[in-house]
Amino acid sequence: MPIAKVNGVEVEFEPGMTVLQVAELAGEEIPRFCYHERLSIAGNCRMCLVEVKPGPPKPQASCALPAADGQEIFTNTPMVKKAREGVMEFLLINHPLDCPICDQGGECDLQDQAMGYGRDGSRYQENKRAVEEKHLGPTIKTYMTRCIQCTRCVRFSTEVAGVTEMGMISRGEGAEITSYLEQAVSSELSGNLNDLCPVGALTHKPWSFNYRPWELTKTETIDVMDALGAHIRIDNRGAAVLRALPRLKEDLNEEWLSDKSRYAVDGLGRQRLDKPYVRKGGSLTPASWDEALNAVAGKLQAITAEKIGVIAGDLQDAESLKAAKDLFTSLGVKNLDCRQHGEQFGPVSANTPRESWLFNTGVAALEEADVILLVGTNLRLEAPLINARIRKAWLKGQVQIGVIGEAYDLTYDYEHLGSDAKALKDIKKGAFRDLLKNAKKPAVLVGTGPLSGEDGAAVLSLIASEVLAPYNVVREDWNGFNIVHQAAGRVAGLDMGFVPGEGGLDTRGILNGKLDVVVLIGADEIDTSGLKDSFVVYVGSHGDAGASVADVILPGAAYTEKSGMYVNLEGRVQIAERAVFPKGEAKEDWSIFRALSSKLGQTLPYDSLSDLRRALITDHPTFGRVDAKPVAKAFDVTTLGVKGEIKDGLLASNIKDFYLTNPIARASVAMAEISAVRSTPLSLAAE
Amino acid sequence: MVGILEDKDRIFTNLYGFHDWGLEGAKQRGAWNATKDILSYGRDWIITNVKNSGLRGRGGAGFSTGLKWSFMPKEVKDRPHYLVVNADESEPGTCKDREIMRHDPHLLIEGCLIASFAMQAHACYVYLRGEYVFERERLEAAIKQAYEAKLVGKNNIHGWDFDIYVHHGGGAYICGEETALLESLEGKKGQPRLKPPFPAGAGLYGCPTTVNNVESIAVVGTILRRGAQWFAGFGAPNNAGTKLFCISGHVEKPCNIEEAMSIPFRQLVEDHCGGIRGGWGNLKAIIPGGSSVPMIPAEQCENLAMDFDTLRGLGSGLGTAAVIVMDKSTDLIKAIARLSYFYKHESCGQCTPCREGTGWMWRVMERMVTGDADPKEIDTLLEVTKQVEGHTICALGDAAAWPIQGLIRHFRHEIEDRITLYRSSKSNFAGHTIAAE
Repeated sequence: MPIAKVNGVEVEFEPGMTVLQVAELAGEEIPRFCYHERLSIAGNCRMCLVEVKPGPPKPQASCALPAADGQEIFTNTPMVKKAREGVMEFLLINHPLDCPICDQGGECDLQDQAMGYGRDGSRYQENKRAVEEKHLGPTIKTYMTRCIQCTRCVRFSTEVAGVTEMGMISRGEGAEITSYLEQAVSSELSGNLNDLCPVGALTHKPWSFNYRPWELTKTETIDVMDALGAHIRIDNRGAAVLRALPRLKEDLNEEWLSDKSRYAVDGLGRQRLDKPYVRKGGSLTPASWDEALNAVAGKLQAITAEKIGVIAGDLQDAESLKAAKDLFTSLGVKNLDCRQHGEQFGPVSANTPRESWLFNTGVAALEEADVILLVGTNLRLEAPLINARIRKAWLKGQVQIGVIGEAYDLTYDYEHLGSDAKALKDIKKGAFRDLLKNAKKPAVLVGTGPLSGEDGAAVLSLIASEVLAPYNVVREDWNGFNIVHQAAGRVAGLDMGFVPGEGGLDTRGILNGKLDVVVLIGADEIDTSGLKDSFVVYVGSHGDAGASVADVILPGAAYTEKSGMYVNLEGRVQIAERAVFPKGEAKEDWSIFRALSSKLGQTLPYDSLSDLRRALITDHPTFGRVDAKPVAKAFDVTTLGVKGEIKDGLLASNIKDFYLTNPIARASVAMAEISAVRSTPLSLAAE
Repeated sequence: MVGILEDKDRIFTNLYGFHDWGLEGAKQRGAWNATKDILSYGRDWIITNVKNSGLRGRGGAGFSTGLKWSFMPKEVKDRPHYLVVNADESEPGTCKDREIMRHDPHLLIEGCLIASFAMQAHACYVYLRGEYVFERERLEAAIKQAYEAKLVGKNNIHGWDFDIYVHHGGGAYICGEETALLESLEGKKGQPRLKPPFPAGAGLYGCPTTVNNVESIAVVGTILRRGAQWFAGFGAPNNAGTKLFCISGHVEKPCNIEEAMSIPFRQLVEDHCGGIRGGWGNLKAIIPGGSSVPMIPAEQCENLAMDFDTLRGLGSGLGTAAVIVMDKSTDLIKAIARLSYFYKHESCGQCTPCREGTGWMWRVMERMVTGDADPKEIDTLLEVTKQVEGHTICALGDAAAWPIQGLIRHFRHEIEDRITLYRSSKSNFAGHTIAAE
């Protein structure tokens, strides 16, 4: 490996690295604004200047300069210091001194680096430049006078988000960053622009003027807004969760986050169920825990197990699912289902392989795929960051993409092979067949939409027989079968068998089965019209569809309020941490079932969360491997689904409104605003 | 005999447009003569001879043209080679390329063919300054003539398939910077690229590209016809050849003139321009190479040889050889302030020092014109120019800094006098500490 000297210290480096990277290898911190590891190199801020020998007798931008063998790099000479001080002075002459009222204050690159390279006073006697405000939509608050034209936002939106909306207009001093015709940025990853902005020009609009970063308590946890399980940091002040920011996780979210995961957190403070309710005389009235639990226990004891149904929702942690499953199984209940959209896959029989409901290829490994087929999924909404991964692979130019289902703008080029089940059968007649046939690493991504109808199992079976089997998508060394889950709690439910027992009813059956008691565990995305005559118990955190039809409400905790295990779509077990306490009298969900079990005389055998986790891991060993993607073994794809009639029509995604898919998001004002702008036609959105 | 260069040694014999610009006229003056023979000697011979002739790039930087050509890959691999001719002549004071394009366009076209052959390019783009509408019409007409005569194009009589395209720019000074020019040619915003990679490795559309000035290309045909030694015979060592000088400002007859390199400045203006307005003693300063090089005061002009190395030795440069002459009536501070405005206006805004620095420098210069400044600010201004110089992506930062540095270097006393005068005119000058508020 080549060797360079950084300030006299020899460093070995990989060929192709830049001077900046080599200097960092040597432990030298290089100040920068425009440079970002995941974006193309712009080299325009000139803050990273270093002295390089051999080279011209002037400082060089280290971010853009390839390192060479035998090079001598100096990062601390008087020339370098002076050059950086000069650049800093230029950046500051037209930057407003409004740090005390700037939302970036305290976490601002310019502020921090000005401490190292700034002068004590200004020599600039002229008037500062003012830049007209821009309107970039409901997620981005602008204060363009603060902009230092680093173009990170332009490069992110063009390269990662795949929307060519941002750009720099005019030139020289008059250069301004704006979106095309000042339209709202349409990307579902727009919040990352605010993260990337090194100054306070772009800040988070939903959180503007809400906090100072140094007064927040930070908790590293896991996101539940989609099934990716992105790593996030929850910042709270007292009981209020104020923001969610991405953490670095190369295998999942890299360092990005979707707008829903980020801005739905204000929903954690609204529409909350903070005390138990019991319906009396037709209206829900506050009650004590004892009263509410007795009401439920009395009802459950009065009827037979066949007349009880349990549906778990999208955001449930594994512990509460386990406690609920143990409790209701002990009562003899077989009508259990965690697939509230009616998904027709999962552990249908005892020997169904786990791989049949996982995203087996893995998110990071998608970059290696050479052919990708998307079936019935609007990936941009169902898993925005997986979509960004595919775009990343596509930009490298090594992947061919085909789509069956509705033709959405996915930010990359693809071949649209048809929109209905017939298109699956026609693959073998088209040119895409050869691509699949010759593919070394084919990946098939199946949305849950087409698998959730009554013909879902038939669709799955057709995919297996027309795509998976003939092109050998599932191999010993490469498993290309992927289900694109949308719900954070789904894989955990399937892993522990939270599905109907022998002869039990599934979600559809429970909702239409005229059961006496239906327990909804955070299940709100269901048609509640069939539950009019049932006694409905709702366990959950938000007053949403489920709570409105409930006869007893047992208030639970949201994902920021409990420590819980979530299994992401890859089958990766991750542990979310508690940032704040549950609201009011609400309890962590598992303890509600534990309390109910003792009222029913079926006391669950665990008194603490750790006991419960131990039981969970004992019964289902897959939960024992935390934060590791399971090795996806090959399996017999012909066992997938059930052959049958398939209705005509689209293989459509089941996301109606991306920003309103769960109770937290529906309670969020920010989500409502974003949804209003992004789900209506552009002509309306412009105003 | 006037000047040094004899008429028989002039390359641009129709510089003033007195003769036929068209193909027939050009042929009579020597263009397209024995071009096929030149090509038959092979590309190594061409490049060696251009190197030996001592031709240095006429666009301002003065880099050896032959050496530049030799940086192109020897073999054409998966990517085609391109020649791009920089006809975005926007440097204030410079007006040599336009004369070539409207009066001797065939010399340029022939040069393009030879250069493209030498670099194995089958396509050449001429990037024309946005304001040059008439020049474009003339050049396109000449190219049409050349196509019709099968001098260029597919299956031409020279046996090297070669297409030449004229691209009309939008009129931005920065697009004269070679990589900004390539960006603009590709249809993007004209902003300089980071180097490396250099255009010879990855230029137009990522392919190996050489960007040359119009004059550099247009002289190649004649050099090869008359021999490298003939061209190398003019001028001081390492500053060979003939050169178009554009003399403007306070001379009796401003003109464009082809002269031998290293001609003394005094001879240049007295033989060709009728001398300095008001006599030699009335000279105050000159800007010897287009607006972007530092000025030179009159006392250094007495025996000044106009070539690259002499001027560099004086802390200035030959640049495009556009000499701006200023006599004693000139308000030098105002002149440089106007140039500062030009650079502030033409800065692309991509990198920080130039974007922010050019505006700062211009504003301070404007105050210095009236004298509404503090004497300390002269040093601040000088320091600001040093903070811009050498810290930018392209040379526009340097170009904006140098005129001010030249002014302060040689005429600092004038700025100080102006400030004193301004203060003396104020009956109760309050002092800068209060004035700043």
